Amino acid sequence: MRFSGLRVLKEGLTGNRGWTAHWRDPEPKPAYDILIIGGGGHGLATAYYLAQVHGLRNVAVLEKGYLGGGNIGRNTTIVRANYGLPGNSEFYSHSLSLWEGLEQELNFNVMQSQRGVLNLFHSDGQRDAYVRRGNAMVNQGDDAILLDRDGLRKRVPYLDFDNGRFPVQGALYHPRGGTARHDAVAWGFARGADSRGIDLIQNCEVTGIDVANGAVTGVQTSRGAIRAKKVGIVVAGRSSQVAAMAGMRLPIESHVLQAFVTEGLKPVIDTVVTYGMGHFYISQSDKGGLVFGGDIDMYASYAARGNLPAVEHVMEAGMALMPMIGKARVLRSWGGIMDMSPDGSPIIDKTGIDGLYLNCGWCYGGFKAVPGSGDCFAHLLATGRPHPAAARFRLDRFRTGVGIMDEEGTGAQHNLH
Amino acid sequence: MRITCPLCGARDRREFYYRGAALALERPAPDAGEQAWDDYLFLRENPAGETRDLWYHANGCGAWLVVRRDTRSHAVLEVRLAGEGAQ
Ligand SMILES: Cc1cc2nc3c(=O)[nH]c(=O)nc-3n(C[C@H](O)[C@H](O)[C@H](O)COP(=O)(O)OP(=O)(O)OC[C@H]3O[C@@H](n4cnc5c(N)ncnc54)[C@H](O)[C@@H]3O)c2cc1C
Ligand SMILES: [Zn+2]
Repeated sequence: MRFSGLRVLKEGLTGNRGWTAHWRDPEPKPAYDILIIGGGGHGLATAYYLAQVHGLRNVAVLEKGYLGGGNIGRNTTIVRANYGLPGNSEFYSHSLSLWEGLEQELNFNVMQSQRGVLNLFHSDGQRDAYVRRGNAMVNQGDDAILLDRDGLRKRVPYLDFDNGRFPVQGALYHPRGGTARHDAVAWGFARGADSRGIDLIQNCEVTGIDVANGAVTGVQTSRGAIRAKKVGIVVAGRSSQVAAMAGMRLPIESHVLQAFVTEGLKPVIDTVVTYGMGHFYISQSDKGGLVFGGDIDMYASYAARGNLPAVEHVMEAGMALMPMIGKARVLRSWGGIMDMSPDGSPIIDKTGIDGLYLNCGWCYGGFKAVPGSGDCFAHLLATGRPHPAAARFRLDRFRTGVGIMDEEGTGAQHNLH
Repeated sequence: MRITCPLCGARDRREFYYRGAALALERPAPDAGEQAWDDYLFLRENPAGETRDLWYHANGCGAWLVVRRDTRSHAVLEVRLAGEGAQ
């Protein structure tokens, strides 16, 4: 089934009876060439690129719940390529370029909206840091514009520019950044992978990883044993638990990140704004809800819900930055489990076990990474060699101290990112 | 979340700074080797369930505390002073 304007028109006129299911619901086969554990954004994108780029179809994705029920369906959907360090810089740049062709490639409306991202600065020092970052972005081939106060005021007049403590001085503007519909990204990749012959197996929890003579031979699941030559772990906040099934300990701590949405409002915020003096960022969804969030709660958690101090901080920061939002009513809040790495950057690498591969450490920023991570992980799984855009996402960088990617400059320590 | 400091009583989570796994108390010898330091600094058990972590009562008495917690429910099970050899 292909989507097109004509098709939508035809279905609309004929009672929408011609739409079919987007993917099959297959029984697991006894063996595959490659198994992907985790049917989130990254797992589904990996499956898609394995088929599309490498022609590998004897592949299954094993998902313990339903497709898109994890963080891919819980995030605040910001897409950007405004990282400053080698490693992250080329990777997010690659991912953003894949985003830009994604809807045509998948024949699926992921509602990508390049509405721009504004990172505000409130002091001379912060401005200088953003000038440096902006130059890094331009050097990596992406776009960055430094806006002064007047330029910024034209774009977002509703900020409290003359705030007594943290006056807004300007912003680093990244026009190609923006948002997308999170569920649609999972669905689009799922449909693309399924239609190329990959089995997407839901309600299938991996409970064990079989290893013999230092090589992976398959997995145990709630739906029986499945053999495979290669296995990729892509389970976000559950990475430590699944890796433990193969006797590994990871440089990962799981934390909760919360997000909030208000009742639907008429269009008011037509871009993404991030505050420079508190943990707060905001955009408006196509349904009209103001979608916003802040930092992680800052303690290890698998609860997928947070505590009130983080809620309070986000609300206070929002009120300090744009007092108008005090009139909006918060409708819902929720949390997701983040796979936090010590330096805040991800891992896409082999493990010490032959045929077992790892994709994790996305912290609170893995949505924008979905196409790039899928492409690079598929490359690693198919060829055994790292994709050039992800070659620095090494698992051993903490042990060796070589190639740490600490964007915040706070040190590679678990509780600092 | 409230944490009962053995010295100050039950206090709001805001008063405490989170340091991470209580493994931080088991610092290896300087020459213990790369693997021991990797274990200590970076590798984590990261359990979904009972965990022991280190909190600092920053806006209270200034004691380091070992807190036994359930990461699935945020329930605080036990709090002891790190200085008294709580392991
Ligand atoms: C509140 C919030 C806001 C965020 N905002 C942004 C943002 O604005 N921009 C951005 O770039 N990123 C954001 N993120 C981060 C982003 O959502 C994640 O980094 C990303 O979704 C993680 O990758 P994933 O999609 O593959 O994870 P998930 O969707 O969590 O997929 C992992 C899957 O693995 C499955 N699984 C786990 N264990 C097993 C098992 N044993 N067997 C089988 N399957 C298993 C899970 O059920 C799950 O479906 C945010 C996250 C949250 C929670
Ligand atoms: Zn105290």
